Amino acid sequence: MSSIILDPSNERSVAERTRCERPASLRGLSVGLLDISKARGNIFLDRMEERLTDIGAHVVRFAKPTFTKPAPIDLRHEIASQCQVVIEALAD
Amino acid sequence: MTDTIDEQSNAGATPLRLPNGLLVVVKRECETCAMVVPVLQRLVASHGVTIYTQDDPAFPPGVPAIHDADLGVSWHLDIDTVPTLIRVVNGSEVERTVGWSKDAWRSLTGVADLGDELPVMRPGCGSKSVDPDLVDALQARFSGSVLHARRVEIADAEDEAEAMFDRGWTDGLPVVAPTEARVLRMLTGTTRTPGDIVAIVPPDLVEVTVEKVAINAVMAGCRPEYLPWVIAALEAICTSEFNIHGVLATTMPVGPVIVCNGPGTRQIGMNSGMNVFGQGNRANLTIGRAVQLVVRNIGGGRPGGVDRATHGNPGKISFCFAEDELGSPFSTLAAERGIAPDRNAVTVFAGEGPRCIVDQLARDPHKLANTFAACLRTLHNPKLVLAFDAVVVVGPEHARVFADAGWDRARLLAELHARLQIPGADLVRGAHGIAEGVPEHLRDVTLAKFRADGLLLVHAGGGAGLFSAMIGGWANGAVGSQPVTVEVGT
Repeated sequence: MSSIILDPSNERSVAERTRCERPASLRGLSVGLLDISKARGNIFLDRMEERLTDIGAHVVRFAKPTFTKPAPIDLRHEIASQCQVVIEALAD
Repeated sequence: MTDTIDEQSNAGATPLRLPNGLLVVVKRECETCAMVVPVLQRLVASHGVTIYTQDDPAFPPGVPAIHDADLGVSWHLDIDTVPTLIRVVNGSEVERTVGWSKDAWRSLTGVADLGDELPVMRPGCGSKSVDPDLVDALQARFSGSVLHARRVEIADAEDEAEAMFDRGWTDGLPVVAPTEARVLRMLTGTTRTPGDIVAIVPPDLVEVTVEKVAINAVMAGCRPEYLPWVIAALEAICTSEFNIHGVLATTMPVGPVIVCNGPGTRQIGMNSGMNVFGQGNRANLTIGRAVQLVVRNIGGGRPGGVDRATHGNPGKISFCFAEDELGSPFSTLAAERGIAPDRNAVTVFAGEGPRCIVDQLARDPHKLANTFAACLRTLHNPKLVLAFDAVVVVGPEHARVFADAGWDRARLLAELHARLQIPGADLVRGAHGIAEGVPEHLRDVTLAKFRADGLLLVHAGGGAGLFSAMIGGWANGAVGSQPVTVEVGT
């Protein structure tokens, strides 16, 4: 179970952490590929995995349970803890 | 107590009494909902299904539907996808399916050929009740909570303490997670309503509510009965007289020093005795810490931002203590500042860390006063005068020397001031090989180290040890900070 806490701040800024800086190169980095579970998204991501592996990135695959909802917070945390970079694929 | 809190927090979240049979929640905007209209029409005819429509009251066409205009039904049913089909028995949900799944709808309704013409499966759409633009308002409206602070979700794989560090909400030490139950419990410590404005907190000049103070008090580790003290200290530091903005922004190492008076200090277990400035007492440490967390989290005052202290001091995490009133031969600090003896009060002083005054030999009040004056003379610089106030914390063994000679508070202060009249020749710039000092034109003037009301006397400390302490201040008066005393409310 995740927990809910009350924001102690003045709520003038977003509670989420700021985005990381874009890396200069993907070589040696763990790149997460997030399949949003929409049809044929995996075809695009399979090709991405080939290309990323070719340039020396380590690819980790993830999938959302359904494209209709935001990624569950635990999945987001799993990706954040395992990857330096994430690519989320939209497909139709 | 926890049970009471839980009842309170869920006061408005009464479960709905649902109509027995089938219940569907839909919205016109959703293509899947539009696709299942023939199915709904058939179910209305055969089962009398109850339909709630979120957006268009005329949808679905040709069948009666209830407009869930305020989304209350959707919120209470925890609908996150439309369509959602629910089976209700004896007023309670027993089964649900979301989106369109031919098998699931057939199984749930018991209609074997339901939706023959439809695809096997089609995902649904997001419910209006989980629209990010609406969800906070719905939460506030329907949850029955009196709390309005933004909810922040911490993943179960995430460490709560680390998450709060990451968000910059702590003073460098771990904080207690401010869950709704804990904050509601904290609020039982005050009669004030959560929405009341306590103060406008510099430097960002943000109104702080009782609720936000309570959240930060939970994080600091306070018990509910400390909350009125935290509130009073915030009221005091957020006055223009005290000037917390300047106290924060200065490069000098000062922060709010909170001196507590009154019978309440003993009721909440504050320390006024042994190790009075030190570790180990929850009330002392967490009241001061809660005040500083509010300055940080609500006021936006952070080191490296508006806080420009060259060195700071450890008391900027928390510096709060009680006066030892019962053991004191003197009148109390609060009484001196106009508070009735049976009332609770806080006095805030912009101060640095405490320094020890040692005299283990003097048994004569004059000799002991000489030591006090000699030490006080050195505050900040022996050649700087009048610009800074000080708190003199007289230890019990020193106090007894003065009391045995019949000196009261006024006498002791007068004797100290008399010893701190300094010839200008000793203070001018360059005198005694020290560049710092007063302008040359004051060479022939006698100057007081402290302004007339610039020494605050407090009785505190352990019963053994011929020691006292002094706490140096920051720029005093209208240009800097005035000590402020505020009565503690309920």
